[in-house]
Amino acid sequence: MTRYAYYPGCSLEGTGKEYDVSSRIACEDMAIEMQELEGWSCCGASSAHNTNYDLALALPARNLRLAVEQGYDAIIAPCAMCYARFRHTAHDLRDEELRTHINSFLDRPLEGEVQIHSLVDLFSEEEKLALLKEKVTRDLSGLKLVAYYGCLLVRPPEILEPDDAEYPTMLDQIIEAAGATLVDWPLKTECCGGSLAVSRTDIVLELSRRLLADAVGRGANALVTACPMCHSNLDTRQSQINRRYGTDFHLPILYFTQLVGLAMGRGVKELLLDRHLTSTLKLLADIGVE
Amino acid sequence: MESLTLKLALHDRPLAQQILERIDVDVRNCYQCGRCTAGCPVAYAMDAGPHQIMRGLQLEQHDWVFRQNTYWICASCITCTTRCPCEVDIARVMDGLRELALEQGIRPAAPTVKVFHQVFLDLIRLTGRMYEAGLIGLYNLRSGQLFASLDLGLPMVTHGKIDPIPRRYPGQDEVARIFQRVAQEGEK
Repeated sequence: MTRYAYYPGCSLEGTGKEYDVSSRIACEDMAIEMQELEGWSCCGASSAHNTNYDLALALPARNLRLAVEQGYDAIIAPCAMCYARFRHTAHDLRDEELRTHINSFLDRPLEGEVQIHSLVDLFSEEEKLALLKEKVTRDLSGLKLVAYYGCLLVRPPEILEPDDAEYPTMLDQIIEAAGATLVDWPLKTECCGGSLAVSRTDIVLELSRRLLADAVGRGANALVTACPMCHSNLDTRQSQINRRYGTDFHLPILYFTQLVGLAMGRGVKELLLDRHLTSTLKLLADIGVE
Repeated sequence: MESLTLKLALHDRPLAQQILERIDVDVRNCYQCGRCTAGCPVAYAMDAGPHQIMRGLQLEQHDWVFRQNTYWICASCITCTTRCPCEVDIARVMDGLRELALEQGIRPAAPTVKVFHQVFLDLIRLTGRMYEAGLIGLYNLRSGQLFASLDLGLPMVTHGKIDPIPRRYPGQDEVARIFQRVAQEGEK
């Protein structure tokens, strides 16, 4: 049996706590056993790869090494950013010369490899989809959802190997297996502005506005994501968007793991669905989920 | 070979060649179809679109290229790279331009982005993990935008989304050493 290490990443300890808690719950219910990686540190995120290539590989490499040292076969990083950084690092370090160079920055070298999973990929495997369908106990058909992948689950496809870079369907399949109503969405892989949230808030508000407007226009009553940056931009900044553009969006933004948990009968509070800034409670009450 | 390259000032060598050696991307393969700019979500806010930056590099317009805000406000969504028919890794070029600009002390056309990245990395170096409340606080101080994002601060705390107390983590010591060794490498 595959031994999975769980790497929450920094966001999931803070603004993305809902994703951490719901990921652990969903994995438990879906029979994915994992233990938190001991001694993990930040992957470096956008700031490392935007400014220093050595750092962008060395910081994830330390965590991959911990996973190897602790005897894991695979590492699960629900955060799309951490996931992408790990995949980039594992990909680039297949070059022996580069691996030696990056290892020279670490206390102990990274030797060997572990598989890297995003959780979306695991949950969208055929057998997991079947298991989810079997375990659904709650009718969520009143949820009309767009699946939002953003960038970091799918690009670049040579490294991240999604089912399709322009029109992925992994999350779409999970939404359908959970029994919610899927709304087809051409903007599913458009960018929300990601790490520009703090330094160029204007750009993030504009990109996020485009996404919200289109999703609402297509009749979605909530959006499903697998990325804590996307979540933060679309959920916590919705009121700023409304003020800036005179719009009246109120589109709940759910982590896909919250959706999966809900479908399997888990509670609203337990899944931290009451922690989002754009409230999900009215929508959930409307479809009979308290 | 690479460390020798870094010692040379920007103008000493053709920029396209420097990019090629540094990040192994050949911008000379670009034939200016413009697909990168057409699909770029941030193009509307850029001084020049990604395809214009590629052209600037081909034509050795160093000063012009580095003056643009393009490579600073690129959101790294990698749509350009994914769609490029010539397989030019445009997003990686933007990373490379940022690295060069930082090393050469070139004043960024989007200064807040640079401050953000520096604060982010400083915090990881100090604690081993990102600490979001500290990130906003330090960023506001260093960017001079004291009240930026503050309207979100209170709801973030009341919703339990931000931990007001920073911590240190078990891997912090090695992380600090990684930063130190990478910095020493950069000085070579």
